[in-house]
Amino acid sequence: MPTKTVPDRNDGNFLQEVQQASEQNLTRCYQCGNCTAGCPLSFAYDIPVNKLMRMLQAGEKHAVLSSRAIWLCASCETCTTRCPNEIDVARIMDVLRHMARREGLVAEAPVRHLWDAFLTSVEKHGRVFEVGMMANFVKRTGRFWTDADLAPVALGKGKLGLRPHCIEHQDEVQRIFARFREQA
Amino acid sequence: MNIGVFVCHCGSNIAGTVDTEQVAQAARSFPEVAFATDTMYACSEPGQAGIIDAIREYGLDGVVVASCTPRMHEATFRKTIGRAGLNTYLFEMANIREHVSWIGKDKEANTNKAIDLVQIAVEKLRRNTALFSSEFEINKRVMVIGGGVAGIQAALDCADGGLEVVLVERESTIGGKMAKLDKTFPTVDCSSCILGPRMVDIAQHPNITLHAMAEVESVDGFVGNFDVKVRKKATYVDWEACTGCGQCMEKCPSRKAEDRFNEHVGTTTAINIPFPQAIPKKAVIDPGACIMLTKGKCGACAKLCPTQAIRFEQEDTVVQEQVGAIIAATGYDLFDFTLYGEYGGGRYPDVVTSMQYERMLSASGPTGGHLVRPSDGKEPKDIVFIQCVGSRDHSVNRPYCSGFCCMYTAKQTILTKDHIPDSQSYVFYMDIRSPGKLYDEFTRRAMEEYGAKYIRGRVSTIQPRNGRYVVKGADTLMGSPVEIEADLVVLAVGAEASRGAGALAEKLRISYDGYGFFMEGHPKLKPVETNTAGVYLAGSCQGPKDIPSSVAQGSAAASKVQALFSRDKLASDPQVSSVALQRCVGCAKCASTCPFGAIEMTEFRGMPKASVVETVCQGCGVCAVTCPQGAIQLQHFTDNQILAEVNALCPY
Amino acid sequence: MSVTQYAYYPGCSGMGSSIEYDISTRALCKSLGVELLDIPDWNCCGSTPAHASDHLLSASLVARNLAIAESMDVAGIITPCPSCLKNLKTTSLRMQRKAFHDKVESIVERPVRADLPIKSVLQTVLEHCEPEAIASHVSRPLKGLKVVPYYGCIMNRPPDVMTFDDPENPTSLDRLMTALGAEVLPFPHKVDCCGASLGLVRRDLVTTLSGRILDTAAALGAHAIVAACPMCQMNLDMRQSQINRANHTRHHMPVFYYTQLAGLALGQSESCLCMDKLCVNPADTLRLVDCPAAEERTR
Repeated sequence: MPTKTVPDRNDGNFLQEVQQASEQNLTRCYQCGNCTAGCPLSFAYDIPVNKLMRMLQAGEKHAVLSSRAIWLCASCETCTTRCPNEIDVARIMDVLRHMARREGLVAEAPVRHLWDAFLTSVEKHGRVFEVGMMANFVKRTGRFWTDADLAPVALGKGKLGLRPHCIEHQDEVQRIFARFREQA
Repeated sequence: MNIGVFVCHCGSNIAGTVDTEQVAQAARSFPEVAFATDTMYACSEPGQAGIIDAIREYGLDGVVVASCTPRMHEATFRKTIGRAGLNTYLFEMANIREHVSWIGKDKEANTNKAIDLVQIAVEKLRRNTALFSSEFEINKRVMVIGGGVAGIQAALDCADGGLEVVLVERESTIGGKMAKLDKTFPTVDCSSCILGPRMVDIAQHPNITLHAMAEVESVDGFVGNFDVKVRKKATYVDWEACTGCGQCMEKCPSRKAEDRFNEHVGTTTAINIPFPQAIPKKAVIDPGACIMLTKGKCGACAKLCPTQAIRFEQEDTVVQEQVGAIIAATGYDLFDFTLYGEYGGGRYPDVVTSMQYERMLSASGPTGGHLVRPSDGKEPKDIVFIQCVGSRDHSVNRPYCSGFCCMYTAKQTILTKDHIPDSQSYVFYMDIRSPGKLYDEFTRRAMEEYGAKYIRGRVSTIQPRNGRYVVKGADTLMGSPVEIEADLVVLAVGAEASRGAGALAEKLRISYDGYGFFMEGHPKLKPVETNTAGVYLAGSCQGPKDIPSSVAQGSAAASKVQALFSRDKLASDPQVSSVALQRCVGCAKCASTCPFGAIEMTEFRGMPKASVVETVCQGCGVCAVTCPQGAIQLQHFTDNQILAEVNALCPY
Repeated sequence: MSVTQYAYYPGCSGMGSSIEYDISTRALCKSLGVELLDIPDWNCCGSTPAHASDHLLSASLVARNLAIAESMDVAGIITPCPSCLKNLKTTSLRMQRKAFHDKVESIVERPVRADLPIKSVLQTVLEHCEPEAIASHVSRPLKGLKVVPYYGCIMNRPPDVMTFDDPENPTSLDRLMTALGAEVLPFPHKVDCCGASLGLVRRDLVTTLSGRILDTAAALGAHAIVAACPMCQMNLDMRQSQINRANHTRHHMPVFYYTQLAGLALGQSESCLCMDKLCVNPADTLRLVDCPAAEERTR
């Protein structure tokens, strides 16, 4: 493991940016590990949550934003609920995903594609059209086998409509997306 | 008046951001200032000598020192000018450190503000008059509130020194938390074996009066002459007659009374003596659980009592005690862990507090010293200890470290191994805090000799599974989550202020912090004093403390009382109210607002007039702002003096 | 029972994968006097994909719905879906800050007050009607049915946002199910995560997490799981076959929406409650309700 020279590894603004975007005080974290202990997905993470918090304090931007863990977080809010220092950890995970996208550092591309497919569907119809979203996701990832076993069940139960439920004023939702992109 | 002004540098504390020379120069232009200079350390020996020399050389009859807060050095400088022959009230301080140099960086602005503050002080001083103390008698009795180890130590030290002591204890026995402990760290000696003799000393000491089952109801008076009302709660037993034989307990049919002494591990009888070494060893009836007192029939204890001591009709009584000093030693309470829903919030029978575990370890405890699971009475093999439950946790408003949990947890792992040799203890900790003599060695022993497995991380949740408990924690040094299946989980609950501490502080007129712990006079230099003269602190009522520290504070508080009582008379503070008879219209508004009852209504040539009892007046000034005529004035803070200060600051 | 009107936000899954939740929710509300007025032309709240992509986008998608609901004469907005609920409540809370409020309004191009109370249907039902009062309407008590209540991770959390029930040991479903006559078993995984939407991309994660929930429910002797979240229900029900394959288990554990069981107890028919939409066939379990002794026979 290479030795890290403290001032060099530090992207001084990174911690500030994360704190500002998440409205959280990360200096409060004293590394008790409660977030890691309670996180249902710790077993699947490449970096445990408490270590991500430590790396944030140290300003290790690249390593944090290119972690797989931030994409596997299910936003279950356990960490936020139990943090003894009242840090909204789940909100920080959100912010890290936002930043990773901007920096082009998405380590779990399929998760991103799923979410993009979902939002594309919302933008198009105003509501999510589950079959259309799945088709889009498969097109983006080539994962044609995704839940192929469930499709007949869901269709048979009448749980998947083959036509989207479009809202009347789709244009309003489309304008929300358009203005959001202008501002971003 | 010939006024001298001394502007202190306080090294660079003040001079770093205030041009002290310029302040002195400006002061020379103020009315009646005959001399002004800056000085490196006004409080130092040469600094004080400089003040005395200037008084003599320039014939000064009033002095202003511009330096730090008067809480720091007002007394110092009053003595200085006293030594030079001036009346000590012909002195003013301008605080240009806490109020100027420490809070601003702009040197020019700081200097201007310092000049303003000096001018205010000069204008006040020009209107000061010489004030003279009178003397009053001291009642050399002391009251100790709280009979834990700190209060016991304080009471015994005072009593051994020849003082008469009144010890007030809320429970039916003294001993406090220490009496509940099985063993003590780092020596693992028996707690009741070392505390027991001290408790007996309290009972037998000719100088000590013990009021158990009693609480302080009100406190009047002042240093040297406190008047305390103590409510002695009904025990329904005549303690004069009770011999503590315990026969009543054997036959009491009500066995569902709260067992506070055993931390609610099980229940006890309605008539009860909490433990064999109780002092006083007297029975008490719990009126909520007693069948006679709730349903009107039973009386089994009364029939059985060999000395006919049962008194179902007994009521609370209030006794009055006159004392000259009070030591508060009310201790702490344990954090209510049911706030942690993730640890079961009290729903899991085998998740216990560290104090409950202590009672289970104790041979005189509810399990006779056998470690068993409350749920099924089986011996636990895997025991998980969770530290910092209610400590270092902002989310439950307990951000502070309770200080002693690391040590008692290490002790409990050692005792666990002694009780059950094939058991395994696991300790989830965040940091081990063991900065006492032989303390760190002790925690190492728990790990190295007794095999306790320490895991650095907090526990997120406890979930029951097949009669055992899955403890989900993290090993932050490994960087991974950890699960341990436990038979028993012990929560190392932190300390919090004693129930009712705030109310007592208000009766004693002392300050307490946001958590309810009493405020010491100074965080370093006055650890057992308070800001109310004659009231002292000992033990955990001031903040969480282990036994040695509590004992040390008990002795320290006792020595403070001894020093106070070493004089036969105390000088009264002359900064009290006084009435201008010709202006007083006798409306008695001052008498009705005075919080200390220090104003009496008298007659003067047939007219009602207010009169101040100087020894009772605390100089709060409430009467002065109440008086519609401006007839009653607080000496040293008269309307004219305060208005002169305001005018100096706002000349336009 | 008095009638109170609420703006109803069904959520997208209620139009598709959790259609039985939507239908049974409407039926339950109707029978208890909670009147639902659909938010006209509501749009998707953006769910996790939106808040994980950008907080402003997420809030703006929600805010359009808030604005429409604010033009209705209602006591508040209610939704059956915890994910929608968290987005609605989080947005409403964050919009109390003026700077953020103004940004969102400029994107939605509508005035948004963000001042309507927002609640889950579960909270609304229990506030409207004490469990004891609901019990008095029960015509077909769920006697003999042993259930574990599964709230999912965000119905009550984070507590500062959701402000409903206990975040670690919620009891609202327990109380409701008990009132309906079911036996509620103490369930340690009430608020544990099922794996949420990761099923589509990392099925192994869902089979591990949801598998644990099914394992414990079965070990406790539960006949069924009672769910309150479309995502949880889908993972536990529709994916139960995947879970069994991955974990080599043979669970046959029906996963009801609480609204379905409530409807049943209040006398609604199984077809009205869309029991046939559940993937794990609940027929055997439902027979227990009528004839608790059947359990003995089937063993």
